[in-house]
Amino acid sequence: MDIAKEVLNGNKRAVSRMITLIENKDPVAKEIINELYPHTGSGKIVGITGPPGVGKSTLVDQMIKEWRKRDKKIAVVAIDPTSPFHGGAILGDRIRMQDNFLDENVFIRSMGTRGAYGGLSKSTGEAVNVFDAAGYDIILIETVGAGQVEVDIAKLAHTTTVVVVPGLGDAIQTMKAGMFEIPDIIVVNKADLTGADDAVMELELMLAWAPKIEWKMSVLKTIALENDGIEELLDEVERHWKYLEETGMLYKREETRYEEELVDLVTENIKESVLKEIKSNGKLDMIVKKIVSRKITPYTAADEILAGLKPNK
Amino acid sequence: MERKIRVLTAKLGFDMHNRGMSVVNRALRDGGTEVVYIGNQFPEGIAETALQEDVDVIGISSLNSASSLELMERVMGIIKKKHLEDKLVIFGGIVLPDDVPKLKEMGVNEYFPPGSNVDSIVSYIKENVPQ
Repeated sequence: MDIAKEVLNGNKRAVSRMITLIENKDPVAKEIINELYPHTGSGKIVGITGPPGVGKSTLVDQMIKEWRKRDKKIAVVAIDPTSPFHGGAILGDRIRMQDNFLDENVFIRSMGTRGAYGGLSKSTGEAVNVFDAAGYDIILIETVGAGQVEVDIAKLAHTTTVVVVPGLGDAIQTMKAGMFEIPDIIVVNKADLTGADDAVMELELMLAWAPKIEWKMSVLKTIALENDGIEELLDEVERHWKYLEETGMLYKREETRYEEELVDLVTENIKESVLKEIKSNGKLDMIVKKIVSRKITPYTAADEILAGLKPNK
Repeated sequence: MERKIRVLTAKLGFDMHNRGMSVVNRALRDGGTEVVYIGNQFPEGIAETALQEDVDVIGISSLNSASSLELMERVMGIIKKKHLEDKLVIFGGIVLPDDVPKLKEMGVNEYFPPGSNVDSIVSYIKENVPQ
């Protein structure tokens, strides 16, 4: 199978295979990505993040349904944590999205974080590009249950939605750095629970102090299980895209995304080649021994290693 | 290359057991595999998930001996139709004693009866997963 060609034709099996190749860091993947890349750039990337158990997967399920009514082709990347101890994972987001399993125009893919700590997996960006090239209009990314610092989604998505529920804390929580610095839209889900209006009020109060930009962020209420508030959420996401396009911010976001990805790629490559060199000739062991016996400091050792590297021609 | 084994687990049809499935899922997780757990599903949903998730193994559980065989026949039929025959298919739960050979005949790779050691399921998968 010519995977690149079949992905561009929208062949589901090819898309599925390609994501596996990327996740497994198969050398073939790089060449196929190079072929696909010129065909990307038209899909809209929507991030859904927030603490575990707030209803992200259920919300995504309803968003898929609603966007299908608007005749959009939808891909979902659902990320769950990989165990740092055994390397295994339970990928359990899909179970909430059962209503959309058999829709020809919906593709759901689950991923483990595989050692990444920003709420995504290292392959998420590339998987998004595969879906984009395969003709999906909207790519929804559901992050792992995120706390305060898992904010990588904001660099990848065009529109980041932070989902919370009533009772997660007072106004101090909304002032803290991290999670509440990234949203373009805030959703208070399970809005039928006591305290929903208080939560909305506190979040709106926080927004009053937000830096003044043209985008007026809103706090929306949803009850995902009852499909309540979903239409309004989609309208808001689409309004945000319009804002991004009209102000040129879309281009800015893409720049941010690819600067980040490029720096990551270069850093990763340098790291791998440096480690390969110092591990292969036993140099690493030798230097570590010197550090442990206090003959040399870690800083001097690092300088020495870097100075001794042969520059790549 | 950093390959990981991906396993789809599902309960067949309306089968409402839970604990055994959770124990197996946990064991698979601790065995280092990625488990895509989809709860209760009918054959169509199981096969489509296997395709989209590109899993190596399909693990199906059912305690309903009356409907297991018929539904498994449908599962295997759709797997063939979607050209997913390269997946390792394992079945755990209850079937009538006479039906066990029929499972194998329809292409199920292994049957794990009640009382099976969970570790034996994990090691079976690791030893037999298609390369």
